[in-house]
Amino acid sequence: MLRSLRFRAILILVLLFIAIIFLLPNFVELTGEWKEYLPSEKIHLGLDLQGGMRLLYQLDTAKMMDHMIDRDMEQLKDGMIREGIRFMGLDKKADGIEVVVKSDQREKLYDFVAKEVPDMKVTASRVEGDNVYLDLSIAPTQIKSLKSNAVERALETIRNRIDQSGFGVREPVITQQGESNILVELPGVKDPERALELIGRTAQLEFKLVDEGATGAAVPPGDEMLPMRQRSSESGAPTASSIVVKKQALLTGDMVTDAEVRIGGGQFHTGTQVDMEFSSEGARIFDKVTGENVGKRLAIVLDNVVYSAPVINERISGGRAQITGNFTVEEAKDLANVLRNGALPAPVTLIQNTTVGPTLGQDSIRKGVEAAILGGLLIIAFMVFYYKGSGIVADLALFLNLIYLLGAFAAFQATMTLPGIAGIILTMGMGVDTNVLIFERIREELRSGKTVRAAVDGGYSKAWVTILDAHITTLITTVILFIFGTGPIKGFAVTLAIGIIINLFIAVFGSKAIFDWIIARYKPRSLSI
Amino acid sequence: MKFREITKKTKIDFIGLRNKAFILSFVLVALGLFGFIMVSIGKANLSVDFTGGTSVQVRFSQPIGIGDLRAALTQGGIEDVQIQQVTGGQTAGQNDFIIKTQLQQAGTERAQDRISAVISKAFPGNKFQVLGSDMVGPSVGKTLKSHAILAIILSLVGIVIYIAWRFNFVFGVAATIATFHDVLALLGIFFVLHFEMNILFITALLTVAGYSLTDTVVVYDRIRENMAKMKAKSDVGQVINVSINEVLSRTLITSLTVLLVLAALLVIGGHVLFDFAFALFIGVLVGTYSSIFVASPLIYLWRRRA
Repeated sequence: MLRSLRFRAILILVLLFIAIIFLLPNFVELTGEWKEYLPSEKIHLGLDLQGGMRLLYQLDTAKMMDHMIDRDMEQLKDGMIREGIRFMGLDKKADGIEVVVKSDQREKLYDFVAKEVPDMKVTASRVEGDNVYLDLSIAPTQIKSLKSNAVERALETIRNRIDQSGFGVREPVITQQGESNILVELPGVKDPERALELIGRTAQLEFKLVDEGATGAAVPPGDEMLPMRQRSSESGAPTASSIVVKKQALLTGDMVTDAEVRIGGGQFHTGTQVDMEFSSEGARIFDKVTGENVGKRLAIVLDNVVYSAPVINERISGGRAQITGNFTVEEAKDLANVLRNGALPAPVTLIQNTTVGPTLGQDSIRKGVEAAILGGLLIIAFMVFYYKGSGIVADLALFLNLIYLLGAFAAFQATMTLPGIAGIILTMGMGVDTNVLIFERIREELRSGKTVRAAVDGGYSKAWVTILDAHITTLITTVILFIFGTGPIKGFAVTLAIGIIINLFIAVFGSKAIFDWIIARYKPRSLSI
Repeated sequence: MKFREITKKTKIDFIGLRNKAFILSFVLVALGLFGFIMVSIGKANLSVDFTGGTSVQVRFSQPIGIGDLRAALTQGGIEDVQIQQVTGGQTAGQNDFIIKTQLQQAGTERAQDRISAVISKAFPGNKFQVLGSDMVGPSVGKTLKSHAILAIILSLVGIVIYIAWRFNFVFGVAATIATFHDVLALLGIFFVLHFEMNILFITALLTVAGYSLTDTVVVYDRIRENMAKMKAKSDVGQVINVSINEVLSRTLITSLTVLLVLAALLVIGGHVLFDFAFALFIGVLVGTYSSIFVASPLIYLWRRRA
């Protein structure tokens, strides 16, 4: 009995010690050697408590597949002309390409596709007279891996953009949700507008030749009309205009290896510009393109908006280019950031945006904590009033419960949210219930004339079944909440789950140990309960 | 030994009161079903979490009338606008409003930006601050709604299985009916009072379900114990009555302590927690009632017929 009592006492104290160690960083700033050996993380606060943004993006993988088919079709067309494969028709279908060739060209085409267009497989063919219709499409397994690859690349790109943004966000969360959704959480972000602009931008950079010949309203085939970003240099207000460019991009942003802001650069040493550096292949292409098109204008297009269209004065070697256009320093920084980190593999659509201002967050946390403290005090007072001496034992157990719970929060680095605080309060409620169940049982045992020790033992063992059932039913709800819940609800479920387990532990080891100790030490003839 | 007791040894005939209770329960459940139908067809006060749309919370520096605000927003092209003044707790005295619309985009602008623009133009003398905002795409709302319903159903199924295993099938079914009763009652009350149903409300529903079950399990536990003790000697109704009376003080004290904490949340917890605390408060009352007046009499009815 005593041996097991000692064991329980040690277990309780060791856990208490560990919990306090984990909670320490929330109260004191650790320095020097202490910092190295002790946990130094504070309890993470959720967006609802410290303010910030929660953004849910959908990656448009359909558009990505579409682009890919376009690219493959271009390649197929050029290739067939080069190889001398005569084709009667070439059409884009919903998820592939249809090619029509004479039947004697069939084998040649098969070989060519296998060698040069590895994305595509021939999935169907039918013969009509002398013509063979072939359906080329991307293999389903390939589609799946392309999509998941795209999501991963998008996550990586967004992570880099945020890391280099200087938002000062301490713990950004960037994770995949579902098949093609991306969740971004920016706790404490100061400038929500800028964050939206930076993260949501596709940043597809293209260099296209301006078609000087197209002057009328009609856009010639192979050309496209794009809006032009212009700002009057005095007011900075946008002015609307557009420009006709060749559809085909001569060079794209994936050849950019670095980009940085230069202030006071440019021809007239005014304004802010972004300098880009190309990869060696990019440099070679740029050199060739500029050499071939001296005197023409080269449009710099970002996400289908023309930023500038300078005249090519001479061949540009060395692999560097500039984008100018009345940027503020901040805009230029973000532009350099997205160019450096590359385009998203596909455009993203913002499908959920929760922004909590810091005032609201602080309001919430202060009120939530105040309410929790007041509620706690009310319970403590009530337990002592109703169960007298034993009420103090219950309050001690409750206090242990709270310290363990917060310690576990810190140790698992769980995020504290407003529903989380509600979860803590509810856990306290369940802790009280546990004690009430036990105490009422002990009273019954005492009423039936048992000794103090027998009554305590009987009370605990009889109440235990009920307590276990009650906790497990709640735990079932909690687990399901955790699986289906998002954000704040998950926080609630985590708190409650940790709370339930701690509650059960304390019901077995906590208050019972205190009673056992009192009984063993003082051998009381009556119990204050 | 003397104990401090809120109830002396009671001998209340709970089973005898069952018909009166059933009338009350019937009204609550009917209300809940009506509320559920209205929620299903989108006629209830659902948050943008479920409907999709934009919700913005603003704080004005000077008092402003809801009517003026609505007129200005409607004129500014924000269709279908709902405005709610934030009161409750310490926010009283502040000019806080929640502005909701089904729109995500107003023309080419984000709805949120349009709202800010309209307000600053219409009330130039009254400075305001955007405290928080929420934009939800319709697909997200739909997923959330189906997930919420699935979560509620799955947890109820899980709980029935557990109780059926720990007790028996009859107890499991009765406990589920009682739990549905509570969830529906809470839904009905929220619907009638026109409180906003958001993610926190779903959390509250599930918490109430858990709490009510705990309560029911405690009573069932005692019924099972007494049934084993008394065997064929006495009738089911009497066993149930004795059991409820025996655990009555526990039921009342636990509910009382939980209500104390919730009262603290209600009074000083601020507006974000107010609805949540209110839902839990009502839920605890209903859950306590149902374990005594719904879950237990159901066992009686079933056993008596068998």
